[in-house]
Order: sequence, then C-alpha cells, then structure tokens
Amino acid sequence: MYRILDQTWRTLPTLARHYKFGADDEGRVNYRAVRGPEYMRALRQQVLSHGVTILDHSPVLELLARSDGSIGGARGQRRQDGGRAYRIEAGAVVLAAGGTSFLSHLLGSWTNTGNGYLMAPEAGAEMSGVEFTAAYTIAPAHSTMTRSMAYAFATYYDADGHELDLPFGPDQTIGLARALQRGPVYCSLHLLPDDIKARLHTISPNVPLVFDRWGIDPYRDRFEVTLHNDGTIRGIGGVRVHDVDGTTSVPGLFVAGDNASREKVAGAISGGGNVNSAWALSSGVFAGRTAACLSRGVKRSKSRLRPLGRVGREPRSGAQTVDLAALRDGVRAEMHPFDKNLFRTRQGLAASIRVLEGLWAELADHADTGTIASRETAALLATARWSVATAATRNESRGLHRREDFPSQDSGFATRLLSGGLDKVWVAADGPSANAETGQLEAAS
Amino acid sequence: MHRGLSANVLDSGQDGLPILARVEDCQTCFVCELYCQADAIYVAPDCDRHVAVTAEEVVASGRLGQYRKHSGWDEWSDRYPNEQWLMETVFRRAGEAAAQVRAEPPGIIGRK
Repeated sequence: MYRILDQTWRTLPTLARHYKFGADDEGRVNYRAVRGPEYMRALRQQVLSHGVTILDHSPVLELLARSDGSIGGARGQRRQDGGRAYRIEAGAVVLAAGGTSFLSHLLGSWTNTGNGYLMAPEAGAEMSGVEFTAAYTIAPAHSTMTRSMAYAFATYYDADGHELDLPFGPDQTIGLARALQRGPVYCSLHLLPDDIKARLHTISPNVPLVFDRWGIDPYRDRFEVTLHNDGTIRGIGGVRVHDVDGTTSVPGLFVAGDNASREKVAGAISGGGNVNSAWALSSGVFAGRTAACLSRGVKRSKSRLRPLGRVGREPRSGAQTVDLAALRDGVRAEMHPFDKNLFRTRQGLAASIRVLEGLWAELADHADTGTIASRETAALLATARWSVATAATRNESRGLHRREDFPSQDSGFATRLLSGGLDKVWVAADGPSANAETGQLEAAS
Repeated sequence: MHRGLSANVLDSGQDGLPILARVEDCQTCFVCELYCQADAIYVAPDCDRHVAVTAEEVVASGRLGQYRKHSGWDEWSDRYPNEQWLMETVFRRAGEAAAQVRAEPPGIIGRK
C-alpha cells in the first residue's frame, strides 16, 4: 500500500500540463481528487506527448504466445475501419482492459466486458478474489448516474411515503437493497447543505444532468432510486498479481488497473474511489516500467506467434448460430439480482453455477465467428463462472462477500482464493503451491 | 474517428459530420457531449427505456451544452472551475452529521 500511495503522489503532479488541478478556498492546490473525463483526457494527452500511437476503437481479441509460452503480442480488430484485423508483436504485454460490471448500468461501464480476464487465463494466468463482486452503487432509477456524493445526505422513503431508517454509513447499501427487495424506494436530497447545492454542478457536473432533463427538483421532489452492480470495478478481484509491478504467472504478461486483483492493497472490501484509482495509476507505472525493461532484452521471435484465443472462436462441436444477446442477458440475470449476488446462499450459488455452465456450453460448443461480440460474451461468462464458483467455495462472510448461510467471518478462510479454468472451473487457496492441481478446495460445481 | 466516445455509436457522414449510426449502442455516459464543441449532441438520461425527442424540443430545453459548460471545458474554463476536490469535504461533513444524529437521544431531534 505504501508503494502505491507513494507512486501515485509522485505521478499525479506530473499531469499538471494536461490537468488543471483545483485550488481549495485557501488557494492550496489539491492533487487528491481528479474528475473522470478530465483525468482520462489528461492521460491520453500525456501518452500522446510521449509519441505513443493509440489505436482507438480497436479491441484486442486475443494474446499471442511464443513457442516457450511467453507472451509476445496481441491481435484485434479496428471496428471503425471495417473490422480490419491488426497484429502487434511486442517484447511484453500489459493488459489494462479494465474490470467488468457484468453489463450493469454503472456509469461508463458498458464496454467493460472483462476481456482481459479472459485473455490472461487463456495464457495460463490465474484469477484471484473474484468472489468480491457484490458492490452496488445508487442511481436515480432508469439512469446510469452512479455518482453517489450527494446521497451522503439522502433521505429515503418507501412507496407509501414512510421514511426509511437508512442512516449514512457502511451498512447503508445493504439496507437499501433489502428495501428495494420489498418494493420501490424514493429519495430526496433536501438535507444536502445549501452551500453544496450551490456548487454541485461544478463538483459533479453530470449529476444534475439527469434531474434537469427529467424536470425533477431533487431538493424538493422525491425520485425513485435503484442500485447498479459494480462487479469487479468497485469490487476487488481480477487477474492474480505476484507483485505490485503487475507480474502474472505468465512470462511477458503484466496486468494493471482493474484488470488486476486489488486484494493486496484493499483486502476484501471495495477499493472503489481512492484505493482503486491510486492503484490504477501506480500499477500502470510499475507494470509499464517492468514490461519495458523486459522488452529490451527480448530478441524478436523467429518462430511464428501462436494465437491463444479459443472460446468464441473455435467451436467444440458443430458451429451454429448462437444468440449472444441471450447469453449476455443470462449473465446479467445471475450477477445482478440482490438475492443471487449480494445475499448469497449455497443453493442460490449452485443454481447460478448450473445456469452459467449451460450458457458457457452453448457458446463454447457452437460459436465460431471470433467477433468482438462473441469474445466479449465469452469474457463475461468466464468471469461470472469464476465469481460464483469462488463465492460458493468461500463458506463465510468477509468484506464484500456475504453468505446468508455463513454470516460470520471464519479464520480458516483468511486466505485469497484463486480460480480459473475454461472448460472446467477450479478454485484453490492461494499459497506457494497453489495451482490447478494442488491445494484444491472442495469443488464448487 | 470519434475519440470522445467509448461506444461505437457515431459514423462519419459524407460531408464529414458525424451521424448517429448505432444509437442502440449508446451507454448513456454523456462524454460525447463534453467533446462536442458545437453543442450538437443531446443524450437523454434514460438507460433502460426508449425515449423520443425532437430537435425542436431539445433546442427549446436550453440543455444543449450544459455538461460542457458546467465542466468548464474550452471557452468555459475561466467561469466554471473543476471543484471535484470538494468531494472529500462533503463526505466528511455527511459522516459528522450522521454521527451527531446517532449521538442525540431519540425523540428529541428525530431523523428529520
């Protein structure tokens, strides 16, 4: 954690050429808070100023391996150039493809389908901590606006207009979810202090957009709210890292940001906000530096690079038309409902495993197109399978993982749980010998 | 190339102007509005139901360019500062207010 904070503190001020850091009311420059769109724009300008080529709208479809199994490149498609294929040979690859909300309406997460979670295990890397996916964030119903600051002062009501006892604090989301299971929940922001109301549009300019466009006065009217799943984005799991430099179990393959598990800095709780954003920046710096050092010593491969993508490209049985939209809806139906993903039970998880195995078989048996959509669907399904299998193995409640049938923390589970496997899912306790063969816990499926 | 967009919604039209090619792929993140200096894009906030609006209604609403303006982009940079840094203060004050409510005996102050 110290190294993450230290690196973040050193790196953020170097963006000052491209990001206008705010000064507080006393005139002190504040480097701690950066706003999403401006931050993304600044990072892009920073990268371009170093002479880096960015291929926009060009998803990577699969990694490329050398004959010794190390990673030596990637290939993908340029979707705004007629789907033209591209292929890159590299000394090392850093996967920074983000996490996944399993296609919830979490703001800006719709294109985060967890593609890096599929590609790293295809190359031989493990996942870690993917049971910690039960983070949810409030939004006005029918909107994506999961910016939660103003809700720190929210008052909630049930459909009959009775005020709900949901005080601001760490248990508020659980209480909200329980209330939403009973029926619609309405919200008023009338208790937001006047000085914050007056500056809300310059603190979070996207938050008032929703209210203004719907003609709602959130300080007077009561509006319906919902919770969107954060998946591994404000959750914590991802590809297992061996060190903060993003080293995976696969030579030449590094992970950064939400593509990596953040358990080693956040533990089992949500890393949303400060920890994850510090990790995103510093893990990128570390992984990039280590990958660059490695690349210098790598000789250009004489043998042909081997493409590693399989699922959604090569059908196990006969190729048939696969309804990808139905498979994606199937993932959402298992990964979003509170009674399945937030308030977990052995029976519920077992049912989810069965459903997801069926969807996986449909895709793996028949999909042959290798399109962006089929690979995204494979990534969503693979991540969901690992998540529910790990949740079914962790017979306790800890951090974001809540088991109704095991409400207490169990010191026997004070360990990270690894997972992986494409055709057959495995779960194993992290340790010196942890891999698919040894240290295996009770099979989850 | 429409670099403000994460989703594949816009194509370039024959005259070089963007056209809405795949509106169903829009993920309602509003970021295209920030990058459109012509303030010619309106994103309806609804993410799970279809809404129909006419150009006349949108222009009359006065909401075009609202996000770009309040974000202080381009010509608005001097008038609308980025005050994201206030967020930590807001959360701290909310925590203090909640602690104060908990400390008060019930029935005297109540939750209102």
